[in-house]
Amino acid sequence: MTEEIKTPAPPPPAGEEKPAAEKAVPPAQAAPPSTPAKAAPPAAPTAAKTPSAAGAATAAPPKPAAHAKPAGPVPVPWSSPLVEKYKRQYGSGLDAQTYLGQNYFSVDRSLIPNILTLLRDEEQFDYCVDVTAVHYPKRDKQFDVIWILYSFARNERVRVKTQIADGESLPSVVPIWATANWLEREVFDMFGIKFDGHPDLKRILLPEGWKGFPLRKDYGILQQDQEWVHINLGIESGQ
Amino acid sequence: MSVPTKPEPANALTNEVSNLDLATSEKPYLDSNELVINMGPQHPATHGVLRVILKLDGEKVLGTECVIGYLHRGVEKIAENRTYTMFNPYVDRMDYVAAVSNGLGYCEAVEKLLNVEAPPRAKYIRVILTELNRIASHQLWLGTHALDIGAMTPLFYTFRDREEILKIFEKYCGARLTTHAFRIGGCQYETYAGFEKEVENYLAFLPPKIDEYEALLTGNRIWLERTKNVGVISAADAIALGVTGPVLRASGVKWDLRKAQPYAAYSDFDFEIPTGKNGDTFDRYMVRMVEMRQSLRIIEQAVGRIPEGPIMAKVPKVIKPAVGEIYHSIEAPKGELGYFIVSDGSTQPYRVRVRPPSFVNLQALDIMVRGMLVADVVAVIGTLDIVLGEVDR
Repeated sequence: MTEEIKTPAPPPPAGEEKPAAEKAVPPAQAAPPSTPAKAAPPAAPTAAKTPSAAGAATAAPPKPAAHAKPAGPVPVPWSSPLVEKYKRQYGSGLDAQTYLGQNYFSVDRSLIPNILTLLRDEEQFDYCVDVTAVHYPKRDKQFDVIWILYSFARNERVRVKTQIADGESLPSVVPIWATANWLEREVFDMFGIKFDGHPDLKRILLPEGWKGFPLRKDYGILQQDQEWVHINLGIESGQ
Repeated sequence: MSVPTKPEPANALTNEVSNLDLATSEKPYLDSNELVINMGPQHPATHGVLRVILKLDGEKVLGTECVIGYLHRGVEKIAENRTYTMFNPYVDRMDYVAAVSNGLGYCEAVEKLLNVEAPPRAKYIRVILTELNRIASHQLWLGTHALDIGAMTPLFYTFRDREEILKIFEKYCGARLTTHAFRIGGCQYETYAGFEKEVENYLAFLPPKIDEYEALLTGNRIWLERTKNVGVISAADAIALGVTGPVLRASGVKWDLRKAQPYAAYSDFDFEIPTGKNGDTFDRYMVRMVEMRQSLRIIEQAVGRIPEGPIMAKVPKVIKPAVGEIYHSIEAPKGELGYFIVSDGSTQPYRVRVRPPSFVNLQALDIMVRGMLVADVVAVIGTLDIVLGEVDR
């Protein structure tokens, strides 16, 4: 359940270096009865469809009618001298793909500070465009954390992604790019992901005493911290 | 104004330690006099509901902390609960003085995710409206920024001239501010009869007006005193802080997404990227003034040769992109506006992340005002050109 849904597309990803990737194809096809992700069918339309895989999402969605959709673009392996270099250095902890012309690395959590530091220092990715996260509640490692980087010298963008479980923390990249300060605070605010070594990790958009992390999928759109609303606004409910 | 001077000794009424002989005191004078004050959230010079906690030594700013979120509406959460099409009008409400740019960024991002491209005619219309919106945004910035600093007249001039742009928007799509001008795949509306003529009239109308703004400000001694060497940020700091747009260019970095990674039809046009040298408030002012003229130049090239053809690409009625993620960004008037969209193959985006230029640029406030005077904080907030709707989303 961990690795097979990690790589977003079963057909192309480099199945040769990841033992888990080989497992990816069969479970995706045999998924509906077994995997918990598919077992919660039409009730939660968006949540049920974990971004398991391009194939799985089209072939086994909650609604059986939705089939025969022409296969959309799929990520293809990204090969460049940069990727070769990092692959040699880090082996299977790192995967590089291209989707619709946009390159990204999928990196093991343990490699995060190294890769990001190298990208800035050696590859001139000196501008950290954004730090953000995506929540996949059905996965063991619930969160994708994404750094979007840009290099002025190369005029090139790259994304670095990693997966972490709920409660796991990540090293802060504020020492690498000062701009990450507020961006990481926002990720913490919205997802509850902690960044070790952040100079001042606290909520940024929501009030300090708020409970809950609104951009998690299990947080309803109308949900609020009723207690906070009651105490601070003096009304029964914000709705 | 700009050079911080040692403050006068505090008077006896406000300072507890004023009975000490400050000149001979062992205790460092600066420590005895720190004051934390609160600016905003309801303050005319914060351009919305921004709260800044200022740590002061007399008039000198020792540090700041921004408290934001008063306008947080959970735009990213809303996106997950709407279809791609339904979310389109929401993006206008982020940077509400440059709604057209927001819409362009969002539509192009979804188009990229769908792997379709808007037809050339739609792209030209988009460029014209977006550049008009850039001018309108810069005009609003100039008026309010000058007002903050104490020059009242530019406000009336810029609002008067901005009105003409809003009229064009209104005729085109029925709305003045939150335009919802574009659709995924192109534009909903064909240009109205006389659109090109009106835009051309504006092209002739505005340059003398910009001269007028400049006559009021550029050589004005008070303006120079209040802006030169105020809020300086070096290119290295600006890059490290992720600052983009005119603020980055004023620090000398010649970088504009319209040139670096052209989108829409920008590769067809000839224009300059103005840059500054000192990275101070005056340079940022000049950069934006030149940008207005360059936007006119782009519009001039575009309006004469809008290609014939359809204005919508072939996009399915129900938008259902394949599973995947995309990041697309444009050069909004404030800087790099990016959309990171994750699709799970359904009709609703699984996640939409907006990379707001105002939010990231505001982070540079602290470094820009340290060591400056309180009055300069107002100038720097103005020069950053933030819109709180976008900071808080």
